[in-house]
Amino acid sequence: MPQEKIVGQPMLRKEGVAKVCGRAQYIDDLTLPEMLYGATVRSSIARGRILGIEFGEGIPWDEFVIVTATDIPGDNEIALINHDWPCLAAEFVNHPEEPIVLLAHRDRHLLPKAVAAARVSYEEWPAVFTIEESERGEPVVWGEDNVFKSFLMEKGDVDAMWAGADLIVEGDYATGAQEHLYIENNGAIAAFSPEEGLTVWGSLQCPFYVHKSLVKLTGLAEEKVRIVQVETGGAFGGKEDYPSMIGAHAALLAMKSGKPVKIAYDRAEDMAATTKRHPSRVRHRTAVTRDGKLLGAEIEIALDGGAYSTLSATVLSRATIHAGGPYFWPSIRVRSKAFATNCPPHGAFRGFGAPQSLFAIERHMDHVAEALGLAPDELRRRNFLKTGQTTTTGQEIKENIDLDALMGRALKESGYHAKRGRFARQNAGSGMKKKGIGLASFLHGSGFTGSGERYLNSLAAMDVTTEGKPRVLVSSTEFGQGTNTILCQIAAETLGIDYEAVEMGPPDTSVVPNTGPTVASRTSMVVGKLVHSAAVGLKQTLLTSGLLQEGYTTGEFVAAARTYVAQHGALRAESRYQAPPGVHWDDQRYRGEAYAAYAWAVYVAEVTVDLATCGVEVDDFVAVQEVGRVLNPVLAGGQIEGGVAQGIGYALYEKVVLQNGHMANNQMTNYIMPTAEDVPPIHVFFEEIPFGYGAFGAKGIGELPHDGPAPAILNAIRDATGVGFRAITLLPEDLFVELAVREPVAEAAL
Amino acid sequence: MSDRLHAIRFTVNGEGRAVQVPPMKRLLDVLREDLHLTGTKEGCGEGECGACSVLLNGDLVNSCLVPVAQADGAAIDTVEGLGADERLHAVQRAFLECGGAQCGMCTPGMLVASAHLLRKNPRPDLAAIREGLNGNLCRCTGYMRIFEAVERAVSSTSANGASEGRG
Repeated sequence: MPQEKIVGQPMLRKEGVAKVCGRAQYIDDLTLPEMLYGATVRSSIARGRILGIEFGEGIPWDEFVIVTATDIPGDNEIALINHDWPCLAAEFVNHPEEPIVLLAHRDRHLLPKAVAAARVSYEEWPAVFTIEESERGEPVVWGEDNVFKSFLMEKGDVDAMWAGADLIVEGDYATGAQEHLYIENNGAIAAFSPEEGLTVWGSLQCPFYVHKSLVKLTGLAEEKVRIVQVETGGAFGGKEDYPSMIGAHAALLAMKSGKPVKIAYDRAEDMAATTKRHPSRVRHRTAVTRDGKLLGAEIEIALDGGAYSTLSATVLSRATIHAGGPYFWPSIRVRSKAFATNCPPHGAFRGFGAPQSLFAIERHMDHVAEALGLAPDELRRRNFLKTGQTTTTGQEIKENIDLDALMGRALKESGYHAKRGRFARQNAGSGMKKKGIGLASFLHGSGFTGSGERYLNSLAAMDVTTEGKPRVLVSSTEFGQGTNTILCQIAAETLGIDYEAVEMGPPDTSVVPNTGPTVASRTSMVVGKLVHSAAVGLKQTLLTSGLLQEGYTTGEFVAAARTYVAQHGALRAESRYQAPPGVHWDDQRYRGEAYAAYAWAVYVAEVTVDLATCGVEVDDFVAVQEVGRVLNPVLAGGQIEGGVAQGIGYALYEKVVLQNGHMANNQMTNYIMPTAEDVPPIHVFFEEIPFGYGAFGAKGIGELPHDGPAPAILNAIRDATGVGFRAITLLPEDLFVELAVREPVAEAAL
Repeated sequence: MSDRLHAIRFTVNGEGRAVQVPPMKRLLDVLREDLHLTGTKEGCGEGECGACSVLLNGDLVNSCLVPVAQADGAAIDTVEGLGADERLHAVQRAFLECGGAQCGMCTPGMLVASAHLLRKNPRPDLAAIREGLNGNLCRCTGYMRIFEAVERAVSSTSANGASEGRG
């Protein structure tokens, strides 16, 4: 292992002191002079034509700024992949909570009354609310067939393969929506003047996404639109696309009123109106030999994308590529579709399609193992991908991977075999509490899919201040995951100076270059590498200038940098993305190097199922992963633990109840996430195999831990009860239907 | 809500304060808007998440559920009163070192709850820590490093023999 002094060390979070002192300023902590507060009038129906808007009595409407779609100077769209997502509904609405009218007033307490008094009348049209309804096309609510996007990914001769099978195992699996539940709701402040242009401050992940969207919306020149990320209280993908919407709304009100406008959602509005994880249905048909070799599979994936296409195509892409799990498939065919429904659009959420398709494959692998009479770990071992083999996209694995070692470590740390035997003996008794242990092995591709990183063409920079302090200039944002800290660690290590001497530039589109969005587990691996290269450039410039000699101290570096800036006016180095060699991707056939690198993991969950209450408790959790080099063990551990806790919620607690497309439980009171008393001890272990093209060997980490918990937990529930549940969210009432209501006779017949 | 303004006097972080506000205004809003103490956060507005946790006469409360009239004459403690920069409270220092704060949005409430727990029970075991923090939701950490931070704060305060913080 390399002997770095800063990378790999538990350096303190850059903005940590501000956070523990309560001094960190989030969007709702900021107030501008003469600022108005904005609110949104939303659709109360799922689908229909807007007939009229009536501004009811009892409200001093002349004091309000009122914005409708006719006030939009440019294109009425939130720019993402397609052009179908309106900023404000003009003539038609396609989901409940769709924004129609914006209001602003200096007294924020008047706004709820005004929103209630603005009544929209509709001609209501039939709608579709589930994948099945959308698939039947009754009615067609989007495009020609309700399909946002479809993929066909094929490897080998799937049709010929079935003939050689000893056994064919089928299974259907389903996952529900999930709310991000970042503790800070979405919010934005906008200010506009014809001279200064438009500035939007917001709680957001991707400053340049908002920038692109607002340029189209306002028709302003690119340099007249400035986006600034402020301290962001959690995101998890939920602040990838939606900030373009709320930022646009604040901007329209600010442009019409000439005053700064803040829109800060409360929890109920945030939960009802903003994006969620895509619900899914996945069907597996698998051919195996008697000795447990996977021959091939046919997998069908369907995602519910909600009313507009937003990011569904790319979520579906990742779901498709991850559908086969970390196994070698001689042949496989994956057909996938993202469907339109009249629910609010589903969007990015940690894992981005992978948790859905990995839930299905990892539950299915347990059923295949059972059908073969093999232990779950043994079937997986016999089929793990190995270096030199090809993935489902035909990508040859060139990295050193050792899934066997990860599995061995996970089984050992969890005491898997001993517990499995002991639980089986205990469960045979008459006690009402049954114990089980289950596992999941999985992978997660780091960075944008396929040609994505090449299209992004990211640029990072470093410069130094007039005081000689080096700054990291990137559009990658901090929202808890540790961006500030790890990028400063990489820069400090490369420059050969103290961590404390490096600072982050402001996440402001008028200052930093476009390093791409802060998504897809790309910050450590892709952006980190760019920062490393920029730091090398900065150091070289100083060394060749003669102002700095090798063997320098931090103080000497800062002094030399200060002198350089005084002499030359500026010191800056940039680095642009270059794909690692041998990375090729065919977007049409979905063949080639889907990701430059993958993170690999094996997770083990131990549960107790109480047959009296049908409650499930996760008693213990072991998470073993290989994410390349770990840049900061405290932050990396925190990413895994937090992801596991969200995965536990996804499996057992967090049910989004959609009624006619409207979220019925849009409160923390009845949408339940894990508390301090619900999470088990989470034991995190890293195997480190440095990746040659990541910063100091790093690969992606942030999304991986959300992929494994749900299937591991449901596999453990199957071990405890003998019932293989195939859908999440799995609530006690769902267990009750299977475990308590079922006739004993029927159970014997199974 | 009555719009009539009432004079409310109370002690905030040891300092006497007076405000003219509607009596049913939430203590949370009075702290944030009238006193500009924005360290106390709003997460849900219905007493579920604990991001707005403060101490009212030494009791841990959700300030989003407390009409300010109930705080008249009371002693209020917020995250800003725990400690700052070079004089961090033991729990602030431990959260910083252990990775107990990620996005930082639950952190002020979590710190107030942790300090409150340690005052009531200077040597809590893990079960007591879990129970003491069960009213404060964290979406980032999975809680493990928060538990570790509270444990470290216990050992650091007992090692120093110091009783840090207010109250």
